[in-house]
Amino acid sequence: MTTRADDELWSAIADPSRRRVLDLLVSNGDVSASWLAGHVSFSRQAVSKHLVVLEQAGLVSRRKQGREVLYRVEPGRLDQATRAMADLASQWDRRLGSIKRLAEATHAAAKENEGSNTPLEGGCHDG
Amino acid sequence: MAGLVIEREILIEAPAEVVWRTITEPDQMSQWFADRVELVVEPGAHGFMQFGDQGGQVVVETVDRPARFSFRWNYPRGEEPVAGNSMLVEFTLTPEGDERTRLRVAESGHELLDWPDAEKQRYADEHRGGWAEFLDRLAKVLAMRQQR
Repeated sequence: MTTRADDELWSAIADPSRRRVLDLLVSNGDVSASWLAGHVSFSRQAVSKHLVVLEQAGLVSRRKQGREVLYRVEPGRLDQATRAMADLASQWDRRLGSIKRLAEATHAAAKENEGSNTPLEGGCHDG
Repeated sequence: MAGLVIEREILIEAPAEVVWRTITEPDQMSQWFADRVELVVEPGAHGFMQFGDQGGQVVVETVDRPARFSFRWNYPRGEEPVAGNSMLVEFTLTPEGDERTRLRVAESGHELLDWPDAEKQRYADEHRGGWAEFLDRLAKVLAMRQQR
Protein backbone atom coordinates (compact mmCIF):
# COMPACT_ATOMS: atom_id res chain seq x y z
CA MET A 1 0.00 0.00 0.00
CA THR A 2 1.31 3.44 -0.82
CA THR A 3 0.96 6.67 1.12
CA ARG A 4 -0.58 9.93 -0.06
CA ALA A 5 2.88 11.52 -0.49
CA ASP A 6 3.96 8.58 -2.66
CA ASP A 7 0.82 8.98 -4.74
CA GLU A 8 1.67 12.62 -5.37
CA LEU A 9 5.18 11.67 -6.38
CA TRP A 10 3.99 8.88 -8.67
CA SER A 11 1.35 10.94 -10.41
CA ALA A 12 3.90 13.71 -10.89
CA ILE A 13 6.28 11.43 -12.74
CA ALA A 14 3.79 8.97 -14.24
CA ASP A 15 3.13 11.42 -17.04
CA PRO A 16 5.49 10.92 -19.99
CA SER A 17 5.65 14.62 -20.82
CA ARG A 18 6.63 15.46 -17.25
CA ARG A 19 9.31 12.81 -17.39
CA ARG A 20 10.62 14.53 -20.49
CA VAL A 21 10.72 17.87 -18.61
CA LEU A 22 12.46 16.20 -15.65
CA ASP A 23 14.92 14.53 -17.99
CA LEU A 24 15.83 17.90 -19.55
CA LEU A 25 16.20 19.51 -16.12
CA VAL A 26 18.45 16.72 -14.88
CA SER A 27 20.73 16.98 -17.92
CA ASN A 28 20.79 20.76 -18.25
CA GLY A 29 20.53 22.18 -14.77
CA ASP A 30 19.08 25.64 -14.19
CA VAL A 31 16.94 26.59 -17.15
CA SER A 32 13.86 28.69 -17.81
CA ALA A 33 10.42 27.53 -18.88
CA SER A 34 11.01 29.12 -22.30
CA TRP A 35 14.22 27.17 -22.75
CA LEU A 36 12.37 23.97 -21.83
CA ALA A 37 9.56 24.81 -24.25
CA GLY A 38 12.16 25.06 -27.01
CA HIS A 39 13.25 21.48 -26.37
CA VAL A 40 9.90 19.69 -26.21
CA SER A 41 7.14 19.06 -28.72
CA PHE A 42 4.39 20.51 -26.53
CA SER A 43 3.42 24.10 -25.80
CA ARG A 44 4.93 26.64 -23.42
CA GLN A 45 1.63 26.60 -21.47
CA ALA A 46 1.90 22.84 -21.08
CA VAL A 47 5.49 23.18 -19.85
CA SER A 48 4.37 25.68 -17.19
CA LYS A 49 1.56 23.37 -16.12
CA HIS A 50 3.96 20.45 -15.76
CA LEU A 51 6.44 22.56 -13.80
CA VAL A 52 3.70 23.43 -11.29
CA VAL A 53 2.90 19.74 -10.73
CA LEU A 54 6.59 18.82 -10.42
CA GLU A 55 7.11 21.68 -7.96
CA GLN A 56 4.13 20.56 -5.86
CA ALA A 57 5.59 17.06 -5.69
CA GLY A 58 8.88 18.56 -4.49
CA LEU A 59 10.79 17.30 -7.53
CA VAL A 60 11.59 20.75 -8.93
CA SER A 61 12.37 24.11 -7.36
CA ARG A 62 12.50 27.59 -8.84
CA ARG A 63 14.59 30.69 -8.19
CA LYS A 64 14.65 34.15 -9.67
CA GLN A 65 17.71 35.38 -11.51
CA GLY A 66 17.24 38.91 -12.76
CA ARG A 67 14.03 38.91 -14.73
CA GLU A 68 14.14 35.19 -15.35
CA VAL A 69 12.75 32.30 -13.32
CA LEU A 70 15.04 29.28 -13.44
CA TYR A 71 14.06 25.71 -12.60
CA ARG A 72 16.15 22.88 -11.25
CA VAL A 73 15.66 19.33 -10.05
CA GLU A 74 15.61 18.61 -6.31
CA PRO A 75 18.08 15.71 -6.11
CA GLY A 76 16.90 14.45 -2.70
CA ARG A 77 13.32 14.04 -3.81
CA LEU A 78 14.27 12.47 -7.12
CA ASP A 79 16.61 10.11 -5.32
CA GLN A 80 13.72 9.18 -3.06
CA ALA A 81 11.60 8.43 -6.14
CA THR A 82 14.37 6.35 -7.68
CA ARG A 83 14.81 4.34 -4.49
CA ALA A 84 11.07 3.83 -4.06
CA MET A 85 10.90 2.61 -7.65
CA ALA A 86 13.79 0.21 -7.10
CA ASP A 87 12.06 -1.02 -3.92
CA LEU A 88 8.88 -1.74 -5.87
CA ALA A 89 10.86 -3.63 -8.49
CA SER A 90 12.71 -5.73 -5.92
CA GLN A 91 9.42 -6.38 -4.11
CA TRP A 92 8.12 -7.93 -7.34
CA ASP A 93 11.38 -9.82 -7.82
CA ARG A 94 10.90 -11.36 -4.38
CA ARG A 95 7.29 -12.26 -5.17
CA LEU A 96 8.25 -13.80 -8.51
CA GLY A 97 10.99 -15.75 -6.71
CA SER A 98 8.43 -17.13 -4.26
CA ILE A 99 6.05 -18.03 -7.10
CA LYS A 100 8.90 -19.86 -8.82
CA ARG A 101 9.77 -21.85 -5.69
CA LEU A 102 6.14 -22.74 -5.01
CA ALA A 103 5.34 -23.74 -8.60
CA GLU A 104 8.52 -25.76 -9.01
CA ALA A 105 7.95 -27.57 -5.70
CA THR A 106 4.34 -28.36 -6.68
CA HIS A 107 5.46 -29.60 -10.07
CA ALA A 108 8.27 -31.72 -8.63
CA ALA A 109 5.90 -33.24 -6.05
CA ALA A 110 3.31 -34.01 -8.74
CA LYS A 111 5.94 -35.73 -10.89
CA GLU A 112 7.18 -37.74 -7.94
CA ASN A 113 3.63 -38.81 -7.10
CA GLU A 114 3.06 -39.80 -10.68
CA GLY A 115 6.20 -41.92 -10.61
CA SER A 116 5.45 -43.71 -7.33
CA ASN A 117 1.74 -44.15 -8.09
CA THR A 118 2.18 -45.83 -11.42
CA PRO A 119 3.10 -49.28 -10.06
CA LEU A 120 0.21 -49.07 -7.60
CA GLU A 121 -2.35 -48.31 -10.26
CA GLY A 122 -5.39 -50.52 -9.86
CA GLY A 123 -3.98 -51.73 -6.58
CA CYS A 124 -5.87 -49.43 -4.26
CA HIS A 125 -7.91 -51.09 -1.58
CA ASP A 126 -10.57 -49.50 0.51
CA GLY A 127 -10.67 -50.32 4.21
CA MET B 1 1.37 1.12 -23.34
CA ALA B 2 2.80 4.24 -21.77
CA GLY B 3 3.36 4.81 -18.10
CA LEU B 4 4.06 1.28 -16.96
CA VAL B 5 5.55 1.46 -13.53
CA ILE B 6 7.26 -1.88 -13.09
CA GLU B 7 7.94 -4.79 -15.41
CA ARG B 8 9.68 -7.93 -14.18
CA GLU B 9 9.89 -11.52 -15.38
CA ILE B 10 11.17 -14.92 -14.32
CA LEU B 11 11.62 -18.35 -15.91
CA ILE B 12 9.94 -21.17 -13.99
CA GLU B 13 10.61 -24.89 -14.37
CA ALA B 14 6.96 -25.89 -14.31
CA PRO B 15 4.09 -26.02 -16.82
CA ALA B 16 1.93 -22.91 -17.24
CA GLU B 17 -1.04 -24.65 -15.59
CA VAL B 18 0.96 -25.16 -12.37
CA VAL B 19 2.16 -21.54 -12.42
CA TRP B 20 -1.41 -20.40 -13.06
CA ARG B 21 -2.65 -22.19 -9.93
CA THR B 22 0.19 -20.68 -7.91
CA ILE B 23 -0.69 -17.12 -8.89
CA THR B 24 -4.50 -17.43 -8.72
CA GLU B 25 -5.44 -19.80 -5.87
CA PRO B 26 -5.99 -17.83 -2.65
CA ASP B 27 -4.19 -20.35 -0.39
CA GLN B 28 -1.15 -20.18 -2.69
CA MET B 29 -1.36 -16.39 -3.12
CA SER B 30 -1.13 -16.04 0.63
CA GLN B 31 2.32 -17.65 0.41
CA TRP B 32 3.82 -15.15 -2.01
CA PHE B 33 1.65 -12.03 -1.85
CA ALA B 34 -0.63 -10.99 1.00
CA ASP B 35 -0.93 -12.61 4.43
CA ARG B 36 -4.55 -13.43 3.79
CA VAL B 37 -6.34 -13.54 0.45
CA GLU B 38 -10.05 -13.81 -0.28
CA LEU B 39 -10.57 -13.95 -3.99
CA VAL B 40 -12.79 -15.57 -6.59
CA VAL B 41 -10.95 -15.74 -9.89
CA GLU B 42 -13.66 -14.32 -12.13
CA PRO B 43 -13.61 -11.06 -14.10
CA GLY B 44 -15.19 -8.29 -12.02
CA ALA B 45 -15.07 -10.25 -8.76
CA HIS B 46 -14.27 -8.20 -5.65
CA GLY B 47 -11.79 -9.69 -3.22
CA PHE B 48 -9.80 -8.73 -0.16
CA MET B 49 -6.13 -8.90 0.78
CA GLN B 50 -4.62 -8.51 4.21
CA PHE B 51 -1.04 -7.25 4.60
CA GLY B 52 -0.05 -7.30 8.27
CA ASP B 53 -2.54 -5.03 10.00
CA GLN B 54 -3.51 -3.33 6.72
CA GLY B 55 -6.12 -4.63 4.34
CA GLY B 56 -7.34 -3.62 0.94
CA GLN B 57 -9.82 -4.51 -1.73
CA VAL B 58 -8.91 -5.98 -5.07
CA VAL B 59 -10.97 -6.40 -8.22
CA VAL B 60 -10.20 -9.09 -10.79
CA GLU B 61 -9.97 -7.85 -14.38
CA THR B 62 -8.69 -10.43 -16.86
CA VAL B 63 -8.96 -14.19 -16.42
CA ASP B 64 -7.59 -16.09 -19.42
CA ARG B 65 -6.42 -19.44 -18.07
CA PRO B 66 -3.51 -20.20 -18.20
CA ALA B 67 -2.15 -17.20 -20.09
CA ARG B 68 -3.30 -13.92 -18.52
CA PHE B 69 -4.46 -12.82 -15.10
CA SER B 70 -4.86 -9.25 -13.91
CA PHE B 71 -6.33 -7.39 -10.99
CA ARG B 72 -6.57 -3.83 -9.67
CA TRP B 73 -5.64 -2.83 -6.14
CA ASN B 74 -4.60 0.19 -4.12
CA TYR B 75 -7.70 2.25 -4.82
CA PRO B 76 -9.62 4.56 -2.48
CA ARG B 77 -12.11 2.87 -0.18
CA GLY B 78 -15.66 3.08 -1.49
CA GLU B 79 -14.62 3.77 -5.09
CA GLU B 80 -14.71 1.44 -8.07
CA PRO B 81 -11.21 0.90 -9.41
CA VAL B 82 -10.51 2.35 -12.84
CA ALA B 83 -7.41 3.56 -14.66
CA GLY B 84 -6.30 6.62 -12.69
CA ASN B 85 -7.28 5.64 -9.15
CA SER B 86 -5.71 2.20 -8.79
CA MET B 87 -2.73 0.02 -9.54
CA LEU B 88 -3.14 -2.64 -12.23
CA VAL B 89 -1.17 -5.87 -11.82
CA GLU B 90 -0.97 -7.99 -14.97
CA PHE B 91 0.52 -11.46 -15.16
CA THR B 92 1.40 -13.03 -18.50
CA LEU B 93 2.35 -16.70 -18.74
CA THR B 94 4.21 -17.92 -21.82
CA PRO B 95 5.03 -21.63 -22.13
CA GLU B 96 8.59 -22.39 -23.23
CA GLY B 97 8.33 -26.10 -23.99
CA ASP B 98 6.14 -28.47 -21.93
CA GLU B 99 7.70 -27.96 -18.55
CA ARG B 100 8.87 -24.40 -18.52
CA THR B 101 6.99 -21.09 -18.25
CA ARG B 102 8.07 -17.50 -18.57
CA LEU B 103 6.11 -15.41 -16.09
CA ARG B 104 5.93 -11.66 -16.60
CA VAL B 105 4.41 -9.13 -14.26
CA ALA B 106 3.62 -5.51 -15.01
CA GLU B 107 2.36 -3.14 -12.35
CA SER B 108 1.02 0.19 -13.56
CA GLY B 109 -1.11 2.97 -12.24
CA HIS B 110 -1.50 6.58 -11.24
CA GLU B 111 -1.39 7.83 -14.79
CA LEU B 112 -2.89 11.19 -15.37
CA LEU B 113 -5.14 11.38 -18.36
CA ASP B 114 -4.63 15.00 -19.39
CA TRP B 115 -2.24 14.23 -22.24
CA PRO B 116 -3.00 13.08 -25.76
CA ASP B 117 -2.27 9.41 -26.35
CA ALA B 118 -0.04 10.24 -29.31
CA GLU B 119 2.27 12.24 -27.07
CA LYS B 120 2.34 9.45 -24.49
CA GLN B 121 3.05 6.90 -27.19
CA ARG B 122 5.90 8.96 -28.62
CA TYR B 123 7.57 9.24 -25.28
CA ALA B 124 6.93 5.61 -24.45
CA ASP B 125 8.69 4.71 -27.70
CA GLU B 126 11.64 6.89 -26.73
CA HIS B 127 11.82 5.15 -23.39
CA ARG B 128 11.01 1.64 -24.39
CA GLY B 129 13.22 0.36 -21.59
CA GLY B 130 10.51 1.56 -19.25
CA TRP B 131 10.33 3.18 -15.92
CA ALA B 132 13.04 1.49 -13.96
CA GLU B 133 15.57 2.24 -16.66
CA PHE B 134 14.46 5.85 -16.97
CA LEU B 135 14.86 6.47 -13.26
CA ASP B 136 18.15 4.58 -13.25
CA ARG B 137 19.43 6.91 -15.90
CA LEU B 138 18.18 9.98 -14.05
CA ALA B 139 19.87 8.78 -10.89
CA LYS B 140 23.16 8.27 -12.73
CA VAL B 141 23.10 11.71 -14.29
CA LEU B 142 22.28 13.20 -10.91
CA ALA B 143 25.13 11.34 -9.23
CA MET B 144 27.51 12.66 -11.86
CA ARG B 145 26.29 16.20 -11.35
CA GLN B 146 26.68 15.95 -7.61
CA GLN B 147 30.29 14.80 -7.93
CA ARG B 148 31.23 17.89 -9.87
